[in-house]
Amino acid sequence: MKIVAKRTAGLTDARLHYCPGCLHGVAHRIIGEAMEELSIIDRTIGIAPVGCAVFAYNFFSCDMIQVPHGRAPAVATGIRRARPDCVVFTYQGDGDLAAIGTAETVHAANRNENISVFFINNAVYGMTGGQMAPTTLANMKATTAPYGRDVEDTGGPMRVCELLASLEKPYFITRVSLLSPKDILKAKKAVKRALAGNMEKKGFHFVEMISTCPTNWGMEPLKARQWARESMIPVFPLGVFKDREAEEKEAAS
Amino acid sequence: MAKLTIDEFYCKGCGLCIEACPKKVLAFAEHLNEAGYHPVTCTDQEICTGCALCHVTCPDGAITIEK
Amino acid sequence: MTEKILMKGNEAVAEAAIRAGCRHYFAYPITPQSELIEYMAKKMPKVGGTFLQAESEVAAINMVLGAAACGVRTMTSSSSPGISLKQEGISYIAASRLPAVIVNVQRGGPGLGNIAPMQCDYFQATRGGGHGDYYTPVLSPSTVQEFADMAPLAFEIAERYRTPVLILADGMLGQMMEPVVFPESYPPQRDPSDWALGCHKDRKENHIINTLFIDPNLLDSKTRILFEVYEEIKKNEVRFETYNLESRPKILVASTGTAARVVKSAIDALKEQGVEMGLFRPITLWPFPYDALHQAAAGVDKVITVELNMGQMEQDVRLALNGLCPTEFVGKAGGLVFTPEELADILRKKAS
Repeated sequence: MKIVAKRTAGLTDARLHYCPGCLHGVAHRIIGEAMEELSIIDRTIGIAPVGCAVFAYNFFSCDMIQVPHGRAPAVATGIRRARPDCVVFTYQGDGDLAAIGTAETVHAANRNENISVFFINNAVYGMTGGQMAPTTLANMKATTAPYGRDVEDTGGPMRVCELLASLEKPYFITRVSLLSPKDILKAKKAVKRALAGNMEKKGFHFVEMISTCPTNWGMEPLKARQWARESMIPVFPLGVFKDREAEEKEAAS
Repeated sequence: MAKLTIDEFYCKGCGLCIEACPKKVLAFAEHLNEAGYHPVTCTDQEICTGCALCHVTCPDGAITIEK
Repeated sequence: MTEKILMKGNEAVAEAAIRAGCRHYFAYPITPQSELIEYMAKKMPKVGGTFLQAESEVAAINMVLGAAACGVRTMTSSSSPGISLKQEGISYIAASRLPAVIVNVQRGGPGLGNIAPMQCDYFQATRGGGHGDYYTPVLSPSTVQEFADMAPLAFEIAERYRTPVLILADGMLGQMMEPVVFPESYPPQRDPSDWALGCHKDRKENHIINTLFIDPNLLDSKTRILFEVYEEIKKNEVRFETYNLESRPKILVASTGTAARVVKSAIDALKEQGVEMGLFRPITLWPFPYDALHQAAAGVDKVITVELNMGQMEQDVRLALNGLCPTEFVGKAGGLVFTPEELADILRKKAS
């Protein structure tokens, strides 16, 4: 008998503190496995945000730093410049990245900073208890949108991939989903491609992962996944929004 | 035939693996683990093909599969 | 020592930082500090260093947090409102116990204020401007040479105690040109490999830099470690200068930075008129020279604090004296600066 699937060395032995059925754990696994398979655990530096994933420094087995809310891409830039030989990734939620950290995200992308940004989009602020996020859907309820999000008053759900794809320099921007085994396998490919791209110093790799928040959505894990498929995917279409490698190949051919 | 082990320390009884298993051999156990969840167990190792879809969907890295 | 070079304060401190081994600088443009960022833009690439203009001061201080976490000599600079934006980041750098240097070339405040020199960020600098129980060493130069010498000194203190260090200058000192000399060699950087990210003496465990401690007992003990370090800093790093105390003056003036320069000129002018006054000039605003000021004030009738603000350091002066003798305050807001003659008149009236 040979082991075909086990806990990845890219993660520590710690038990994840995420709620049962929360897909943060899946995102952690595919990043950990990607680091292990690329054998870069020893030279990767991960950046934990403020949000549910603030404890990520306990979960990834590479070097980790916990940084102010929204500032991970700026800290990553500082690390990137100080340690050019390291692989650097940020792990951020939708409040951290698309609200307070919008400027840092846009400018790190614009500089094509050689980092990977893993953006977990579950349409709410999880850690603080389900407040409205920039990605909250129209009419979706949140503790700070008790009557459902009024897009006329608060704006519509923010599509970060499309926003960043309008910039010229970012290298690779994709939106994937963690909502089914098939989607998870594709998500892992994207994660691995991002980290490999950093190893080759190609630049800014952005992987948005559609996830769930069973607790704050008030749904069972399976129902939350179903709801996300039906309600979030149409608003946040999956796909590749920028791929300079493909562009350059096409130009060359 | 494959060998599937679920580590009760990590399992939070979220049920995602149960739905993912094509052979429907996973189910909640009666007892509670130390964290107070009903962990998942494999009801029939013989039928398990080792496809690892349960491992893929598990958010908590609780499942190890040998083949 | 190099030969003398005529330089602006902003450029002198930038040159000194590079000579001292700073290779990673992140900042955002703001008057009256712009010559510093422009100098770094020209020189850093020449020494293979990082120069990056950030999208905001908030981003810049967080880039410094990242570089400092990797154990390299890193620095940022800004002016008053920009330094306000950096306070959260500085609190994180202090809590993470990371060495870094921050230069504040103060301007008129509050609000947008103006671009004239002021000393109105004293409280922000010396009372830990961000959230939480922490302090940062604060150095206050009053000449371009001293401003330049504070770059290597700041890195040394930052690395010895693993803390961010603030150099608190002002627009006049930043824009003024004076001859400067640079030492041939500088103290080497301390080895950060037992805590820094991405560099390991031995790869037994990963390095984690974190300031989140949900357990109050843990945060309490972590904070107490910071305060043990602060006691060490208070013991070893207090710096000040006295002027004309040998003539046993009846009045002692407490002043720092650019204001202290004007006080010296006023003291010289008064001496010619037969009026003796002394100056006590704190160089480290944190740790503040409380004991030294108390001793220097022995036997004087009164201590007058002179500042370019509405009265901030004068509270520390009163703390130092602790009722030893009466104190007075002379200050200007708005970025106005005393002329020596004007200040001499004011002080003479206070002496009679």
